Amino acid sequence: MSSVTQIAPTPVAPVVTRPRARKRLRKAGWNALGLLVLVVMVFPVYWMVATAFKPGHDILSYTPQWFPAHPTLSNFTDAVHQPFFWDAVKNSLIVVSVVVALSLALAFLAALALAKFNFYGRKGFIVIILGVQMVPLAALIIPLYILMSRLGQVDKLSGVIVMYLTFVLPFAVWTLRGFLLGVPKELEESAMVDGATRFGAFVRILLPLVGPGLVATSIFAFIQAWNEFIIAYVFLHTPEKQTLMVWLASFTTLRGTDWGPLMAGATLCALPVIVFFLLVQRRIAFGLTAGAVKG
Amino acid sequence: MASVAESEFTLASRRRRFSRRRLGRIAAPYVLLAPAAAVVAVVLAYPLYLLGKMSFEKYGLFELIRHKGRWIGTANYSSIFHDAEFWRVVLRTIAFTAVCVSLTMVLGTAIALLLLQVGRVMRVALTTGLVLVWAIPTIVAVDLWRWMVDFEFGVANWTLTKLQLGDFIRHDWFANPWTGFGVFTALIVWGAIPFVSITVYAGLAQVPHELLEAAAIDGARPWAAFREVTLPLLKPIFVILTSLSIIWDFQVFQQIWVMLDGRPNSDYYTMAIYAFHESFQISEYGLGAAIAVVMVMFMFAATLVYLRQMLRTGEVR
Repeated sequence: MSSVTQIAPTPVAPVVTRPRARKRLRKAGWNALGLLVLVVMVFPVYWMVATAFKPGHDILSYTPQWFPAHPTLSNFTDAVHQPFFWDAVKNSLIVVSVVVALSLALAFLAALALAKFNFYGRKGFIVIILGVQMVPLAALIIPLYILMSRLGQVDKLSGVIVMYLTFVLPFAVWTLRGFLLGVPKELEESAMVDGATRFGAFVRILLPLVGPGLVATSIFAFIQAWNEFIIAYVFLHTPEKQTLMVWLASFTTLRGTDWGPLMAGATLCALPVIVFFLLVQRRIAFGLTAGAVKG
Repeated sequence: MASVAESEFTLASRRRRFSRRRLGRIAAPYVLLAPAAAVVAVVLAYPLYLLGKMSFEKYGLFELIRHKGRWIGTANYSSIFHDAEFWRVVLRTIAFTAVCVSLTMVLGTAIALLLLQVGRVMRVALTTGLVLVWAIPTIVAVDLWRWMVDFEFGVANWTLTKLQLGDFIRHDWFANPWTGFGVFTALIVWGAIPFVSITVYAGLAQVPHELLEAAAIDGARPWAAFREVTLPLLKPIFVILTSLSIIWDFQVFQQIWVMLDGRPNSDYYTMAIYAFHESFQISEYGLGAAIAVVMVMFMFAATLVYLRQMLRTGEVR
């Protein structure tokens, strides 16, 4: 997919030979540094989860309590009993599932055209797909607001769903195209030589092979739609219609800052994304060098 | 006779069938592309056109209700270009982007190099940790950083005081825009490092072994080998990552907006926030559009570099 993955994957090994003890000491030093980096990077996440499990007096303490010594679930019950939490969950699920289904269907067709056909304007379309991902949402939101108010789509989930396609669709087309390019043409051709129709070859050969690609792309679409904030914040005014991220962002203003429930709510909102992210981790690490987009 | 007529008939029909199939073959990709292209046209191309048009219009609340702007030529642009506040915002955005992008690239690459040096177990642990951080949604990250730098019970103030770095008891980080932007830099760089580290590491792991060996035989020290062999090979990756980071950091909005409760004072305006403020808070959509257009122009340069590199590396075939 990327330029680097085309180079033969040979791992780098240290080439200098040194006395073993010194080498081992050096390795230990690097490992210690690695541990330090790991602790610094992961600490904020740990702190969120740890706070979520602490009772109020352990949170509001002038000396930090490093471990939740008296773990409790009361912050989580508080969070889910906050006004509009379940509305927000429902809205997020509706928006995300429709966006994933729509973008996957449209993107698969477009990616098929880009990967399997050679036609006039193909390269131009690819450049548009790539360039369009770079348009800042913060700039686009102004004309989108004007457009949607003309169409009567302000404060409606349907309007938000259509707008989410602006950033999910180009990304999905690009990713799926990569997966489709990975399927060797010879496989399809040999199926057709063996008497399969073009459609038969498509269903029997291509579809199973890009199955993982479809799963990965829909997970990425899910994550992007789940995390989106600006559009939902600007367009959904009624509290019953807000998505989870808007709910989370307005959490603190409801009654001062109640850190325990806030951290519990934040943990709940992050959980699905973390699960899905870990599922597609290998794909992210090595496949998407160039095409990956995280807003 | 009959057989000749028959054969002529089949030939003609075959030709017709052939040309129809050919036509189908030519039309197929366009038919497949049409739905996606239509959506892109409606939700991206048209709004972009509208943005450009609005930047030349008076578009306030009255026009919003009438659904029609009033053409005023370049008045919006001359108004922002003569506004000292606008230039302060531009400078602030550029400086902030420069700091965030350089820190992200340097620290991200350093961690990628570290990943090559550590043992297997530590490598898996560190990679998993990076992916975990990467997976944290932006709004969640903002909330948890806000908790960490809370002036009263925040863990940051306590730790810095204990480390003898000064008295941070009841220190409000956002009272002063410099320390405030320090927090935003930390938040953004923390969130952006994983993508850079993992991508650079994936690239590093594929630098041909023989090349580094040859460099070592020729007497190159590790640093020289890195500079002369590894860096040039990874240049495409660095160009792509840097341009993507510039594009993402230049349009920073939600981190600042949510951290400051949707009421950032003007010391915290970046271009995106300024455009948002002009449009949605004081209903000057035309002015907001003009600021947004200038912002897009700034980012266009980074986008061009990115596109050119993608075309060059053969991503686009």
